[in-house]
Amino acid sequence: MSFDWPTALPLIFAGLMGLAILIYVILDGFDLGIGILFAAAQDAEQDTMIAAIGPFWDANETWLVLAVGLLLVAFPLAHGVILTALYIPVFVLLVGLILRGVAFDFRAKVPTERKHRWNRIFFLGSLIASLAQGYMLGVYVLGLDVGFGGVAFGVLVAFCLAAAYAAMGAAWVIYKTEGELQKKAVRWLRTTLVLTALGMAAVSLATPFASPRIFDKWFVWPAMLYLSPLPILSALLFLWLWRQTFHLPKPGDRHSLTPFLTLATIFALGFAGLAWSFYPFVVPDRLTIWQAASAPESLAIILAGTVVVLPVIIFYSFYAYRVFGGKATDLTYD
Amino acid sequence: MDPLILSRMQFGANISFHILFPTITIALGWVLLFFKLRYNATNDSAWMRAYFTWVKVFALSFAMGVVSGVTMSFQFGTNWPHYMEKVGNIAGPLLAYEILTAFFLEAAFLGIMLFGFRRVSNRIHTLATVLVAGGTTLSAFWIIALNSWMQTPAGFEIRDGVAHAVDWWAIVFNPSMPYRLVHMLLASGLTVSFLIAGLSALRYLTGDRSESMWKALRTGVFTAAILIPIQIFAGDQHGLNTLEHQPQKIAAMEANWNTGPNVPLVLFALPDEAAKENRFEIAIPDGASVVLRHSTSGIVPGLNDYPGNHPPVFPIFWSFRIMVGTGVLMLLVSWSAAFFLKRRHSLPKPLAMLMVPMALSGWLATLAGWYTTEIGRQPWLVTGVLKTADAVGPVAGSHVALTLTIYLILYVLLLIAYLGVLVHLALKAAKDGDNSPLPGVLNAPMSQPAAGE
Repeated sequence: MSFDWPTALPLIFAGLMGLAILIYVILDGFDLGIGILFAAAQDAEQDTMIAAIGPFWDANETWLVLAVGLLLVAFPLAHGVILTALYIPVFVLLVGLILRGVAFDFRAKVPTERKHRWNRIFFLGSLIASLAQGYMLGVYVLGLDVGFGGVAFGVLVAFCLAAAYAAMGAAWVIYKTEGELQKKAVRWLRTTLVLTALGMAAVSLATPFASPRIFDKWFVWPAMLYLSPLPILSALLFLWLWRQTFHLPKPGDRHSLTPFLTLATIFALGFAGLAWSFYPFVVPDRLTIWQAASAPESLAIILAGTVVVLPVIIFYSFYAYRVFGGKATDLTYD
Repeated sequence: MDPLILSRMQFGANISFHILFPTITIALGWVLLFFKLRYNATNDSAWMRAYFTWVKVFALSFAMGVVSGVTMSFQFGTNWPHYMEKVGNIAGPLLAYEILTAFFLEAAFLGIMLFGFRRVSNRIHTLATVLVAGGTTLSAFWIIALNSWMQTPAGFEIRDGVAHAVDWWAIVFNPSMPYRLVHMLLASGLTVSFLIAGLSALRYLTGDRSESMWKALRTGVFTAAILIPIQIFAGDQHGLNTLEHQPQKIAAMEANWNTGPNVPLVLFALPDEAAKENRFEIAIPDGASVVLRHSTSGIVPGLNDYPGNHPPVFPIFWSFRIMVGTGVLMLLVSWSAAFFLKRRHSLPKPLAMLMVPMALSGWLATLAGWYTTEIGRQPWLVTGVLKTADAVGPVAGSHVALTLTIYLILYVLLLIAYLGVLVHLALKAAKDGDNSPLPGVLNAPMSQPAAGE
């Protein structure tokens, strides 16, 4: 097959969108997760947990805007089909994101007696947003099926994704805090890890049975062989991380970032599996990325900008994370 | 229930709520930079106190803008899927550039601007403030380019029923874009200067005479006094541009039914679209001809030339008058306040009391202005290319009604909470006066809790 832009551009954009979604899930995953863990934390711990994500959450959420933006600008047909089919869950997600986003700021600025209310809203918003994302993932995996089976599966994935985000949050707290809170976070991680593994197994099992096309893609030789590292590696990482939770925190705070990185790797593996299953469709079994794509000249002009800007974005995002590196201290405006 | 009307109401509600906050952050970023630079130059800690008070307003407004902006990006798909199908090749790149060049820049450096004062050098902190302010302005540039293209499309051709870009320069700098951008940036500047002046006036009324209050008050009042005449001129130019490219919008704004010379300037009327006439009209003879054509015999377009193809008259006629009326009030208040501050170095109590509600005058004028121009584009979503009715999606009316209701409740509650916090922050700053500790400035250890938290 010879190289031509009209074929390559939608593929490149599918890759970029996938990357944006993956980065979003990992980054906003930990700050949504910390919101969920709010329910299990004391007042003072909550302040430290907020301090661990305060400078980052805004930029984390921007990856969602980029992901939806890329879906919107590169695959306008798919954007319409997916979002009208998921009208109510998208709405629930947005309400969750609105509530938690503003609660971040309100809880620090309202008179002290009202702080509790905004803490509760922060928890609720984070939980609602996570559940909505999981539900949407479940329904999407089943090909936007909103019958009884689709809804039931969506609900299952919703709880598992919320647990996965909570695990990410716990891993981030392990990295950013010390003392009692860190020990507590290790226990949180252990609990949520079980649910996360369960959720990933459920999605992995359901995906091939959702569509005969994906089934054929998975269970043929030699594709099975190439794919086998994904589930095996994920399972091993889960087991290893589970065992680690009995040894953390380690003296001198060694390996405090390891749980987070391990979870991020597991997320990436799971994501790669999904991407392999659905390719070349952007709306499962209905629209391929080429059918849904914008005109090549429009994609080209976006790509030109992306190639220049994306490395810069990644560079200064790293810089921002470095500025606020180390253990979280009280967050102040000075 | 009709999904079209409901979807329009929902989008209108969302974007009205959303625009309130960017209108503040665009200009407030630059005002914060001004406070910061004055502090760098004078070493006067009152500037930094003003900075810390207003950076909290910035942070809160920014968060409100982000969350309501995320909502917008989803609503294109949930409610208006055919919009992107038809003009996605144009709108897509403009939105993509907004996200890539502006959103990430703001979001990444906001953290450093808000919480990084003691973690980075003063120079980097100032740079972060510049980048955040620049990001908000750049964001305005791209979104105004897209909005203006929808008003006055250029640089494209229709192939197979879909818009394709031909000339990107013509698309971005389409005929109404420079006027709309300037008008909006000035509106942002005025909104912020009246907000700062108003909340400072509230501090003044509670007896606060601290240096940081004076500095914020003067900044607000003098900025407003300088910007308002420029805005009136820019608005007039924008109107002439609209006359050239969207005459039916001007006809609706002036409630003028018949094209011709010697058209009066209608001050008050209840336009009646069914009867094609104005009830209870009070008008200045030849006024509209003079304003729009600079001659009493100037020809002003009339609505009867555009049967079935002009926007609804009543809402545009009135939203335009609310905007202009608010602008005139802004001129009177800012100039008298500037006079008293300059000559008397004090503020008469009645004037200060008037300035407090005027804190929100920028919001009122901005919303009224946007209603004028957006409703004025109807029945088109993209003038001459796509009708609003043809862009709406297949979602059931009952679904939209449900989401619209919850959005409205949520927005009202958030708005109340937001305004409550603004007043709370102003009163707290008034109570602290110049005596609050400034740990950041005084090089205190990292663990010391700051004044504001």
